Amino acid sequence: MDLLTLLQVLDSTVRMATPLLLACLAGLFSERAGIFDIGLEGKMLVAAFLAAAIASVTGSAWLGLLAGIGASIVLAIVHGLASITFRGNQLISGVAINFFAAGITVVVAQSWFGQGGRTPQLGDGARFQSITLPFAESLSGVPLLGPIFKELISGHSILVYMAMLIVPLTWWVLYQTRFGLHLRAVGENPAAVDTAGISVVRLRYSAVLICGALCGIAGAQLATAEPAAGFIKDMTAGRGYIALAALIFAKWRPWYALMACLLFGFLQALELRPDLITNVIGIKVQGQLLSALPYIMTVVILAGFVGKAIPPRAGGEPYVKER
Amino acid sequence: MEKMPKWADIFLIPVVSLILAAIFSAIVILAIGEDPWAAVKLMVKGALGSTYAWGYTLYYATNFIFTGLAVAVAFHARMFNIGGEGQAMLGGLGVALVCLYIPWPHWSLALIGASVGAALFGAAWAAIPAFLQAKRGSHIVITTIMFNFIANALLVYLLVNVLKPVGMMEPATSKFPKLIQLPSFRDMFSTADTIMFRGAPANITFFVAVAACVVVWLLIWRTRLGYELRAFGHSESAAKYAGINPTKIIMVSMLISGALAGMMAINNVMGEAERLVLNAVEGAGFIGIAVALMGRSHPFGVFLAALLFGFLYQGGAELALWTSIPREMIVVIQALVILFTGALDNMVRMPLEKLFFSLRRKPAAKPAAAE
Repeated sequence: MDLLTLLQVLDSTVRMATPLLLACLAGLFSERAGIFDIGLEGKMLVAAFLAAAIASVTGSAWLGLLAGIGASIVLAIVHGLASITFRGNQLISGVAINFFAAGITVVVAQSWFGQGGRTPQLGDGARFQSITLPFAESLSGVPLLGPIFKELISGHSILVYMAMLIVPLTWWVLYQTRFGLHLRAVGENPAAVDTAGISVVRLRYSAVLICGALCGIAGAQLATAEPAAGFIKDMTAGRGYIALAALIFAKWRPWYALMACLLFGFLQALELRPDLITNVIGIKVQGQLLSALPYIMTVVILAGFVGKAIPPRAGGEPYVKER
Repeated sequence: MEKMPKWADIFLIPVVSLILAAIFSAIVILAIGEDPWAAVKLMVKGALGSTYAWGYTLYYATNFIFTGLAVAVAFHARMFNIGGEGQAMLGGLGVALVCLYIPWPHWSLALIGASVGAALFGAAWAAIPAFLQAKRGSHIVITTIMFNFIANALLVYLLVNVLKPVGMMEPATSKFPKLIQLPSFRDMFSTADTIMFRGAPANITFFVAVAACVVVWLLIWRTRLGYELRAFGHSESAAKYAGINPTKIIMVSMLISGALAGMMAINNVMGEAERLVLNAVEGAGFIGIAVALMGRSHPFGVFLAALLFGFLYQGGAELALWTSIPREMIVVIQALVILFTGALDNMVRMPLEKLFFSLRRKPAAKPAAAE
């Protein structure tokens, strides 16, 4: 395998990893605050739909992004209501949100555009296009580094770069700010946070809202960033669950989340190029095995055979103030 | 602590939740420019208006009884089995293997064999998540979700590469032998002059499902194991203190749950398709969650809720046929039911409780009514 092919695979790795990463960080905020969220999938899906729909109607990818974030946040608020205000079962709420998204996107898309549950093809202005970073062309002659810069680092949509920047940002917010300290504390021991006179409810709602916003960007990336050109039915295709798997894999830490998502993104990129694996290792690997691998790996991690994944202690428990 | 009367808990709250879900569904239908009332009428006619319609409604209901019972049994031990979908897929594999590779002399024996195969495969698929929960503390919800995806990949692999007969394009097994075809409602209820349930897929499995309801009821409320299961569900620490083995309860409840989900396959794989196809489960594993929530995890409740969802499913299909409301509308309704009866339960419960207590307080002014 030559360098260029490798770079192409890595390039699609980055593209595939981006929605996973954004959803994974979304889940990280929520779960670190003690709110389990298996509704990442649904939030991404509504965001993907509304982003594509608004982008196609207005012709602006940015308005689409805003709409996508808005749609995702609405579902996040429903999840917040169910799991914080009404102290319901967070898992059941997540399941409901995923179904709601799977159904409502097709129902609305069908009545709005009448194209069998998809949005119209997006034109160039209505989607996020690849950005060629400065000097990418002029430096492409430099051996090794030149092609790496041109093929791998340059030429992604703005949302990919945003996602990469959100990783250090998440780290900084969680570990270097007072808000982050409170957020982590509320996921471990909400009673202590409450005793310190800080509102558990407000903290958890802000975590859930951040989660909604990030899922919104993830969805918009799926549907409106090149090479995607619109929404198709069920287009998240389990990415929300892979992001959840990545979150466990990363043991709820931002930098590890980046690693895990790149790994899972790599597996997805390989799935697109089955010929490559055969060429490199000489054996035909089943595509189904590759698609199942993130889930199998997560089960192994969860089983505690490779390091132990310990979730935030108060995760999934509604907080009841003293009676 | 004060409590609401029991009838309010098991009847009033689900009904109010259901009405809320219906209102929101009506809003969605209005928003896409259709008439909700006409939609309801069409659904009733399409799902209950003829024996053909009933044949479909009961067929779907049969699936949902199995998956609903599966979720309900696990709920009693406070396990959330979200893997019904994968377990039902594997159950389908079990049924297919039993039907294809064993030469059964009669359908009744084949039905027993297929039930055992379906239950074993379904239980086996639940066994690993259950073991990991019991022994390693891995969260059952996450592992069962992962196992759904693994099951899907496994089934695609098997159907495409192993089980597909040579020369066929579609990833599916060959047809099961004619001899072991299960009697459909048409065979059972038609008389010489009138043919009932013409062309509908409801079959004898419906009665197996009803029997399963009775067995689960006996198991949960009439056996020592059921008692231990419920005790564990109420309080793990108290159950441990009483000498109940948590590993055993987690394993047993999940195995029963997986077996029930797997047994759905005798309806859809053996009774309807008569071969194993991809995506045979069609989301019934997830609907089991809604059914168990609505039915308050009681077999009779599950039975009623499964009928309701069978009605919604068949009615929804009719809607998609005759109006511009897509089939996915059912998924929206299902989501709203899960949301209101499951996640937002307290939103309905709290105001109702307040209402009851304020009504009770007035007569309670006389000292006799102390609780």
